[in-house]
Amino acid sequence: MNNILEIKNIHVQYGNIKALNSVSLTVQKGDIVSLIGANGAGKSSLLKAVSGLEPITQGTIEYNNQIINSYQSSKRLRPDIISSMGIALVPEGRGVFSQMTVLENLEMGAFLVRDKAIISKKLLEIYAMFPILKDRKDQKSGSLSGGEQQMLAIGRALMSSPEVLLLDEPGLGLAPLIIKGIFEVIRSINDEYKTTIFIVEQNAKLALKNSNKGFVMETGVIVLSDLSANLIENPQVKAAYLGE
Amino acid sequence: MDSTTFSLFQIDIVTIFQHLINGLTLGGIYALIALGYTMVYGILKFINFAHGEILMVGTYFSLFLFNTLITGGKTGAVLFILFILALLFGMAISALLGVVIEIIAYKPLRKASRLAPLLSAIGVSIILSNSAAYFFGTRSRKFTYPLDNKPFNFFGLSITPVQLLTIFVCFFLMLGLKYFVDKTRIGRAMRASSENQNVASLMGVNVNKIISITFAIGSALAVTAGVLYALEYKVSPTMGTMTGLKAFIAAVVGGVGNISGAMLGGILLGILETFGTAVLGIPVGYKDTIAFGVLILILLLKPDGILGKNIKEKV
Repeated sequence: MNNILEIKNIHVQYGNIKALNSVSLTVQKGDIVSLIGANGAGKSSLLKAVSGLEPITQGTIEYNNQIINSYQSSKRLRPDIISSMGIALVPEGRGVFSQMTVLENLEMGAFLVRDKAIISKKLLEIYAMFPILKDRKDQKSGSLSGGEQQMLAIGRALMSSPEVLLLDEPGLGLAPLIIKGIFEVIRSINDEYKTTIFIVEQNAKLALKNSNKGFVMETGVIVLSDLSANLIENPQVKAAYLGE
Repeated sequence: MDSTTFSLFQIDIVTIFQHLINGLTLGGIYALIALGYTMVYGILKFINFAHGEILMVGTYFSLFLFNTLITGGKTGAVLFILFILALLFGMAISALLGVVIEIIAYKPLRKASRLAPLLSAIGVSIILSNSAAYFFGTRSRKFTYPLDNKPFNFFGLSITPVQLLTIFVCFFLMLGLKYFVDKTRIGRAMRASSENQNVASLMGVNVNKIISITFAIGSALAVTAGVLYALEYKVSPTMGTMTGLKAFIAAVVGGVGNISGAMLGGILLGILETFGTAVLGIPVGYKDTIAFGVLILILLLKPDGILGKNIKEKV
């Protein structure tokens, strides 16, 4: 067993509302894992908790057997520290720095990389992955289309050569053809760099098709976890999420 | 009727340039102070109303060190170097003061309502100006330029060395800051943090450190302006109030949160004030109404400021 991410009994609370209620799951190194569920089920809260943006009120999150987020505030690491350890989040709504150019956004992704040679090498890799970003490198990123912004957000996250890539709704608001392209890139990232990938997605079919393992979340609770191939065939999932 | 009232109709080109230089000197000072307001607003979305008082305290420390250093018959270049040393000392003190104030008075209120840090800032400014009055006395002091301040004359224009120094230092620092913010790694992190603190932290940016750097730079720039201002006017516990307010207006005129806007707004305000009194014949006693008049106009006509962008607030 090679668990890279271990989420143990975590709770996240906003005021009186419980966003996550005793959620436990493990992610193994090199896997593509997807978490599906309806809008408001708590999927984004989970990713935010892993990247340190959301404090948890119970439980712990361990990364490579080290606690990164905990109910004890003294054991919580700051998001910038967690990022420096190798976890990158592509946030919901992309979160590109719209007033900055495409190139500056990518450079921000490599904020903690001090070696200029590595940054240039990474830039070339990202440009090869998303040629459109190279064409637009001096353009303000706010002027990009939604799909291009998503590519930029993914490229920016990859600039730090993360070990774990968390993607929050990468397909949200994009045309089907573009979503397909983005998922192809996500698979190739996993193939090429052996990056562990954790996708949160409302589009259950797409997410399950493109992952090894899947989790289903309903109102802050994990209700199913299985191989993605099994989940696609699961009658419950079919009825509730695949519209069949 | 008073002859100055109609000075508008007698103006010649040399006089215009003369006023332009005077306005540029004052405007450069406003711009340097305005940068602190605008940079802090950019990241924390609040106006640091203690900014003017930080300027005042730093200027006092510069003055004290300078007066201690220049005892004994020092001359020429040595005096100038001591002056620069005293300036750097004041900058360092106020940078530290700015950072400490942020940590004590603003940081605990970051998640509070937007009014809370604003009130805290006003509290800090009252504490600072009253402490200064208590410890340094209310009497205003002279900050005498150490070298000969006899004006140069060319083409009928008269420029004092202090004016030249002010214009040079202000523009040098503004260009330096622009380079820092646009081209360096930390500058990029500042811009990223001002757009979205959470996402910046996901990139590995320690946002608290960036906020501290912002306060340090803003405060140091303000003290530079304060010392240059003191060379022309006086050092007193209340010197930060009106200069701070004017610089705040300059920041709003340029578009608060926008660094180029603060520079533009400051210079524009300096020139408007100079021309207002000298050319339009607004009595010196009513000089301050120009800045506030400009503020009212800009708020009515273009509330985002000249270079401000109309970015809708996220809810």
